[in-house]
Amino acid sequence: MTHHHVLRVIAKLMIPFILLFALYVQFHGDFGPGGGFQAGVIFGAGIILYALIYGVETASRVLPPRIVRAGVALGILLYAGVGLAGLLLGGNFLEYGVLASDPTRGQHVGITLIEFGVGTTVAAVMITIFFAFAGRRTQS
Amino acid sequence: MSILGLYNYWIVILLMMTGFYITISRTNLVKQMVGLFMFQTSVFILYISMSKVEGGTAPIIAEGLTLYSNPLPHVLILTAIVVGVATSALGLALVVRIQEAYGTVEEDEILDQDEEP
Amino acid sequence: MIAAHLPALQVVIPLIAAPVCLLLHHSGLVWGFAPLVSWSTLGIAAALLDQVLASGTISYAMGNWAAPWGIEYRIDVLNGFVLLIVAGIGAVVMPFARTSVRREIPADRISLFYTAYLLCLAGLLGITITGDAFNLFVFLEISSLSSYILISLGKDRRALTAAYRYLVMGTIGATFILIGVGLLYMMTGTLNMADLANRIPPVADTRTVRAAFAFLTVGTGLKLALFPLHLWLPNAYAYAPSVVTAFLAATATKVAVYILLRFFFTVFGATMIFESLPFGEILMALAVLGILAASSVAIIQNDVKRLLAYSSVAQIGYMVLGISFASVTGLTAGIVHLFNHAMTKGGLFLVMGCLVFRAGSARISDLEGIGKQMPWTMAAFVVGGLSLIGIPLTVGFISKWYLILAAIEQGWWPVAAVVLIGSLLAVIYIWRVIEVAYFRPWPRDRAPVAEAPLDMLIPTWTLIGLTIYFGLHTSLTVGVASQAAESLLGATP
Repeated sequence: MTHHHVLRVIAKLMIPFILLFALYVQFHGDFGPGGGFQAGVIFGAGIILYALIYGVETASRVLPPRIVRAGVALGILLYAGVGLAGLLLGGNFLEYGVLASDPTRGQHVGITLIEFGVGTTVAAVMITIFFAFAGRRTQS
Repeated sequence: MSILGLYNYWIVILLMMTGFYITISRTNLVKQMVGLFMFQTSVFILYISMSKVEGGTAPIIAEGLTLYSNPLPHVLILTAIVVGVATSALGLALVVRIQEAYGTVEEDEILDQDEEP
Repeated sequence: MIAAHLPALQVVIPLIAAPVCLLLHHSGLVWGFAPLVSWSTLGIAAALLDQVLASGTISYAMGNWAAPWGIEYRIDVLNGFVLLIVAGIGAVVMPFARTSVRREIPADRISLFYTAYLLCLAGLLGITITGDAFNLFVFLEISSLSSYILISLGKDRRALTAAYRYLVMGTIGATFILIGVGLLYMMTGTLNMADLANRIPPVADTRTVRAAFAFLTVGTGLKLALFPLHLWLPNAYAYAPSVVTAFLAATATKVAVYILLRFFFTVFGATMIFESLPFGEILMALAVLGILAASSVAIIQNDVKRLLAYSSVAQIGYMVLGISFASVTGLTAGIVHLFNHAMTKGGLFLVMGCLVFRAGSARISDLEGIGKQMPWTMAAFVVGGLSLIGIPLTVGFISKWYLILAAIEQGWWPVAAVVLIGSLLAVIYIWRVIEVAYFRPWPRDRAPVAEAPLDMLIPTWTLIGLTIYFGLHTSLTVGVASQAAESLLGATP
């Protein structure tokens, strides 16, 4: 798509805002509507838009598939790690109240970390799915 | 509670049966997947429409509001949507692999190829 | 401290291990890691069952949110027993996997295979342990999605179409379950199974609850491969990698039987299903048809894996038959058969793994004279086959004995006869394989093959040995099964 100047310029302008919006949805999720799933999908959509305009190879130079794949695993591990941390601190699995001295604050810490884990995994999975389909022809 | 008053369920049933019919009747694997997505999505609407409380607003605590819609089905269906995305990605990935292995995505042609030894 | 958290760890350990496997990405490391995880889940399952037998039902509140609102893990004798079966099969299959997988799956996909396997294990354990109807759906989809992947890893391209067909039918089944759970939530406002059991009786006569029951039964029936919803099963089992077939055949359908038991007897209650609806008779008719039709079709198969897959459909018929009596003896028979068939079929499919590993094929015509070439492997097949038929001293006899007892207890003589006819049909299809393997000479122009390697033979014989051990010592299996049956029926007044 080297000759579509309008698309390239608009995408370049839009993508930072899409990624920023994803972060807003992610971290504002405990005060208003939002959360990891939505944020992850928006973030993934930003990267996918980049890959659509500039090509899958360029996109995979920005985000190498190995790193994305690690993101899939690390997000889940963060989620499960928060659960296990609750367990080690004397609560049940995924009990956030024990994560800080004050239970309300513990809930806050717990849900923020968990949602961050969810966001990471969802974004990484979305990008992986796109790469897997779009990069198929070059592989075989 | 007249028959028309439950129109959300009629929409769900219509979508569900359309999707189900496409899944069963089409021989093209991609079309079957499309039917399957419709079928799944209709269930999402079933859950979401059931959580609506008449006169209730979005379940975000704010001053002056006392009646909220039930947020639980939304959360449940968020999970089901994720499952749906995973299913469709995996299903389409299988279709791509089938296309590479057989050179076609028509079910009857695939069956023909398998019968030849 | 750890003992109190075993219910959570049972599911969480394999669930965490799966992404770790993805990160390790080195097949040697992954192979060392996956069996460790598998064995630890077996240890946890054994400890849990022990705890349940000693001190009654365990309830664990996820995140310490109290039961009807939060997700509860609830373990009684029944699911403690099923957990042990699933974890046990997983633990036995893992050592077998290393050699077999190296032969059947491309090297760059091996770590993905273990990731999918661990997810599938976590999903199956999760379905069994959870006390929340929606959570059950989520775990069902985790295990199903990973099992589609596992099946599609088969070498033959038909594995792809088999996995695709299973995906379509499995998704329809799971969506039906989702609809059923939604309708129940609409009527009762709760998702906790124990809470549902209390709230359903006042509304049990409404059309919505009956529709929910129908959706749940058909959805579970699809996952269970209940005749006539079994169409996905033969191809999926025949073309999946050998380890996957052994693991899924021994666990996935068993867990689906568990879902059926849980919904019928705990959530809806036997009164609603078997007294106000004529469902016992419908189930019995389907089971009888399944036993006869699937056993007959098994006889004409040319591929031993497909033959055993059809036999699995018939065996599911026996389990459902036990359930359809809705009596303590019938349920005991169903639950014992669940355990016994997991051992037998798991062992037999591992034998097929050994045969495919050495002889390269599971077609009956390629097995001529293999009995002399691979004596230990084929001996295992013979013992497993005897258990499938139901010869005394094997576990198969125990479950058929209880089934016939249950049938006679309620005066269903023709059904007892069907169980016997099913066994006779099993004699025919097992004999076809044995005849070819032992009474035909090894083809002259074919190079001799060696016995299967030890790390494959030992797991195979572990399962086959257990079929004999539990055929002689029935106190553990029958004792636990009858306790579970009594608690299922006792829950409803």
